Amino acid sequence: MLHFLVRRVALVAITLLVVSLAIFTITEILPGDVAKLILKQEATEERLAAVRAELGLNRPAHERYLSWIGGVLRGDWGDSYVIGKPITEIMPRRIYHSLVLAVFALVVGTPVAVGAGVWAGIRPNSLMDRSVSTFGLVGISLPEFVTGVLLMLLLASTLDLLPPSSIMLPGESPLTRPEILVMPALTLTGVLFAYIMRMTRANVMEVMETHYVRTAILKGLPMRQVIMRHVLPNAMLPTITVIATNFGWMLGGLIIVENVFAYPGLGQLLLRSMVTRDVPLLEALTLLVAGTYAISNLLADLSYAVLDPRIRLT
Amino acid sequence: MAIRVSTGDIQTGLPQAAFDSIAALGRKLRNALRMCMATTAGRIGFPIVMVHFILAAIGPWLAPYSPTEFHEPLDVFQLQAPSTQFWLGTDQFGRDILSRIMAGATSIIAVSVAGAGLGIALGTAVGMSSAYKGGRVDEVVMRVMDGLMSFPSLLLALLVLTSLGPSHVNIAATVGVVSMPRVARVIRSVTLTLKTQEFVQSARLRGESSFYIVFREILPNALPVLGVEASIRLSYAVLTVSSLGFLGLGVQPPSSDWGLMISQSRQFLVSAPWVALAPAGAVASLIVGVNLLADGLKQASGLPQEKAS
Repeated sequence: MLHFLVRRVALVAITLLVVSLAIFTITEILPGDVAKLILKQEATEERLAAVRAELGLNRPAHERYLSWIGGVLRGDWGDSYVIGKPITEIMPRRIYHSLVLAVFALVVGTPVAVGAGVWAGIRPNSLMDRSVSTFGLVGISLPEFVTGVLLMLLLASTLDLLPPSSIMLPGESPLTRPEILVMPALTLTGVLFAYIMRMTRANVMEVMETHYVRTAILKGLPMRQVIMRHVLPNAMLPTITVIATNFGWMLGGLIIVENVFAYPGLGQLLLRSMVTRDVPLLEALTLLVAGTYAISNLLADLSYAVLDPRIRLT
Repeated sequence: MAIRVSTGDIQTGLPQAAFDSIAALGRKLRNALRMCMATTAGRIGFPIVMVHFILAAIGPWLAPYSPTEFHEPLDVFQLQAPSTQFWLGTDQFGRDILSRIMAGATSIIAVSVAGAGLGIALGTAVGMSSAYKGGRVDEVVMRVMDGLMSFPSLLLALLVLTSLGPSHVNIAATVGVVSMPRVARVIRSVTLTLKTQEFVQSARLRGESSFYIVFREILPNALPVLGVEASIRLSYAVLTVSSLGFLGLGVQPPSSDWGLMISQSRQFLVSAPWVALAPAGAVASLIVGVNLLADGLKQASGLPQEKAS
C-alpha cells in the first residue's frame, strides 16, 4: 500500500511540474506587451523600460520560471496586473464562492442520480429505464450554456421565480442569498446527473447478472435488501471514481456556468484574466484548477484502491 | 493482400490497388452504416446529423437573406417575432435569425469536423507508433499524453486559444490538440492487442516494412474502434467549439456563431426569447444527433458499452 501511495503521489508531482511548465510556456507566447498594458497612454520608452525592469521581464525565461514556481511554493503568488492586489488576497473569496456552488450541486445531484441509475439498472429496458436513459443522454448532450439559458428563460423570465443573474454586491455571500445559487447549481447538476446516472445504471446491470445476486434473490431475500446489501456496495465502486473525477471536471464546467450567470467565482475570474491578459492571475488560476484536477484524480484512484484491494496488484 | 499477388503489370497495378482499397473502405462504411441503422440510437441520430450536414453544405444558397444584412429602419425590424417574412424572427440589429443559423451551421460543422479529424489523425499517429515501438519511447510518450489530459480540456482550449488568437483555423487546431491525447490512448491499447496477433507476426516474418505493417495490417483492423472514437470526438468538438463561441473566444463578429448568438441573446430574454431559442435548439439537436449516432455505432461495432471516458 505504501509503495502504491508513493508511486501515485510521485506521478501527481511530476504531472504538476509538467502542467506548470506548460502554463508558463503558453502564457509566455501570449501576444501583447505587459508593460504597455499597465502604462496605457503614459507609455514612454523610459517608463516602459522601468516597468519591465521592476516586473523582472528582462530576465531570461528559465530564471523567471524558477522565481515564479519558487514564489508559488513559498505562498507568494505575485500581484495581479489589472486589479493591482496580491493574488493570495483576491483568490480566497473566489475559491469559497466556487466551492459553495460545486458542493451544493454535488449534494443535490448525486443522491438523485444514483437513485435513478439503480432504478433504471434493476429493470433494464423497462419504460422507466428508457425514460431515465433518454433523459441522461439529453443531459450529457446539452452544453451547460444551453441548459443555463433555457433555465433562465423558464425560471427567471417566464415564471419570475428567481433572479436572472447571480451578481453579488460587495459584502454579500452566496449563503446570505441562496436563491442566486439555484440556477447555476441546477445547470451543473444537469450534466453531472447524466454521467453518474449512466455509470450507476451500467454497473447495477452488471452486478445484477452475478451469481451472488441471483442466489440472494432465490433464497427469498426481499428485493430491498438484495439491493441495499448486495447490489449497491458492489455497483458503487466505479461510481465513486466517476464522482471524484467529475469533481475535477466540474471545475471546467464552472468556467461556463459562472459566466452564464455572472456568478463571481474562479471561472469568471479566469475568463476575465484571459481577456485582460492579466498574466500572473491567469497563471495562478490555471495552476490552481489543474492542480485541483490532478489531486481529485489522485483521490479517486486512492478511494478505488482502498475499496477494492485487487487494484493494488496491477 | 490478393492485389499484390495478382498484379503482374505495375503500370495498371498501382491505380488498381488504390481503387480496390477505396472500394473496400466504401464497403466497410456501408456495412457499418447498415448495422448502425439497425439500432434505435443510430436510426434517430443519423438523420439528425445528415440534416445538419446538408444544411451546412447548401445553407448559404438556401438562406433567404445575407447573415450580416441589417434590415432598415432598425426600430421596425429590430427583435421582430417570427413571421412569414422572417421565419425565426430578427435579432437586435434587425438581422434574419434563420439566415444566421444557417451560416453558423457551416462554420461550426466545418470547424468541428476539421478539429476532430485533426485530433484523430494526430492521436492515431502518436498512439499507433508509440505502441508499435513500445519500451521507453512508449513510456515517455504516454506520460506526456497523461500530462496533457490532466488539464480540464476546456481550460486547455481556452489557454491555447488566448495565445493563438481566435480564427477558424486556430479553433480547429486547438480542438485537434485537445482531443489528441484521448484518441492516442484508445488507439494505443488497440494496437497493443493487434501487435501480438498472428497475421502481424507473419507479416513481420515475410520481411514487410514497419510502414507496411502499420498501414496495411494494423490500421485496417483498428478501423471500427477508430470510427466509434471519431464520432465521440466529433460530439466533444461541437461542444468545445460552441462553448468557446459562448465565452467570446470563438469566431468573431460579425460572422455568426451559435454560441455567441446564445451569449448575446441573454440581454433580450424577456422581450425576445426567440433570439435565444433558435440557436439553443440548433446546437442542442446537433450534439444530441452526433451522440446518438456515436451510441449507434458503438452498439453496432460490438465494443464494450459505457466504459469510455
